[in-house]
Amino acid sequence: MSNVPADRKYATTHEWVLENDDGTVTVGITDHAQDQLGDMVYVEVPELGIIVQAEEACAVLESVKAASDIYAPIAGEVVDANDRLSDSPETVNQDPYNDGWIMKLKPLEPCVSITEELMDAAAYETFIEDEDH
Amino acid sequence: MAGRTPLYKEHIQAGAKMVPFGGWDMPIHYGSQISEHHTVRRDKGMFDVSHMTVVDLEGDNTRPFLRYLLANSVDRLTDSGKALYSCMLTPEGTVIDDLIVYYLRNDFFRMVVNAATREKDLTWLRRQADAFSVTVSERDLSMIAVQGPNARQTVLEQLEPEVHNAAKNLKAFFSAQVGDWFIARTGYTGEDGFEIILPADAAVELWRQLLAHGVSPIGLGARDTLRLEAGMNLYGSDMDETTTPLESALSWTVAWEPEDRDFIGRESLEKQRKEGVGDKLVGLVFDGKGVLRSHQKVVVEGFGEGEITSGSFSPTLGCSIALARVPAGVGKSCAVEIRGKLVTARVVKPPFVRNGNSCIQL
Repeated sequence: MSNVPADRKYATTHEWVLENDDGTVTVGITDHAQDQLGDMVYVEVPELGIIVQAEEACAVLESVKAASDIYAPIAGEVVDANDRLSDSPETVNQDPYNDGWIMKLKPLEPCVSITEELMDAAAYETFIEDEDH
Repeated sequence: MAGRTPLYKEHIQAGAKMVPFGGWDMPIHYGSQISEHHTVRRDKGMFDVSHMTVVDLEGDNTRPFLRYLLANSVDRLTDSGKALYSCMLTPEGTVIDDLIVYYLRNDFFRMVVNAATREKDLTWLRRQADAFSVTVSERDLSMIAVQGPNARQTVLEQLEPEVHNAAKNLKAFFSAQVGDWFIARTGYTGEDGFEIILPADAAVELWRQLLAHGVSPIGLGARDTLRLEAGMNLYGSDMDETTTPLESALSWTVAWEPEDRDFIGRESLEKQRKEGVGDKLVGLVFDGKGVLRSHQKVVVEGFGEGEITSGSFSPTLGCSIALARVPAGVGKSCAVEIRGKLVTARVVKPPFVRNGNSCIQL
């Protein structure tokens, strides 16, 4: 069973979104997603300062199996990116919810209304179970 | 319903992620494909390759039959136990399958062919064997490959005296048969090791024994990156019934001498050899960030386009490598389209890695 923490929200494209106290959100990929992709070999994080739209491809994960886009779960400005992943992409496999985070966004709109469209942990668990069958 | 090898339960127990492969349910990895790859390059690992098809050829005319069937020549097999890699061709010279044939006696050769091509291979073999009164029998046996610098030593320590004695002095590309065990010093990784063909019960026992003695199970994912680093072709990706050995970097497997040996596909190959090939298979190295993958477009300036046939990240080299079929006029570099962007890759002659060491200037 994959690990789905209850403290954050999830997108259908398998990103997680965690709201921070300073109004920004942290984005990464789920344990289920890293398991499906296999060992990471390259991570291309977005440039700081760019504005991304919701569902826009803004980062790339290359695993032994395939290249996959990471989509912005919400619209926002990229205020931070996890540069350590370029030297140790395997962190995404080992710790997808903490050290394996990908980017931080400053939402263009108040966060509450935006994250409503995302799934909570229970809904995401059901979603990946259905996807597996 | 996909087939399951006798080692299926062992895979599940070892935490394998199973995937469909050539009609079989096979382990792709047991956690991390990259660490499995390193384990084979640096130490030892074992692969369940029971999905491969083992075919025995028997009859007084087996040698003449194989002289006619294969592009490589069994004339090269003079010592009992010797193995030969060859392609089996259509009359047009294209590749039906690649295989290893082991010479045991003049009236008995063993062949190992691919899993995904099993049916068409057996049909073709039987059709050609008729005229030679050679019996073609598929054997229901398991197969374990143990590969890596420390593989042979560990395997030898686990073998019963009789098999041990037959195995310990085997030279590279030789095999021995002891009862219903067959052990060969061959492989598909570019490392030393054994491939062992044996009955299902014995395979389960050997697997457990090797596991208990520190041999890690390795999935098909690492098998693919290991063979690619070793510059070994994969049937169905790097060559198939639309390409000839001359277009697949397999000219070395075509035995032109003696000139009077008639083999299936010879005439077409002779013609292509004389006229020259339009495309050839080369190795590519990409030093930048990104991964070369099969079916990506290759552009050779002034000559046209080609395609990557196998591409991956090379765990040993730490960059991406590939085999690509490109216009024969290709020089030292070419362009590859990765996710819509053209990048420059170096053209090299495989292998990329042999016996744990890089063969490429990095």
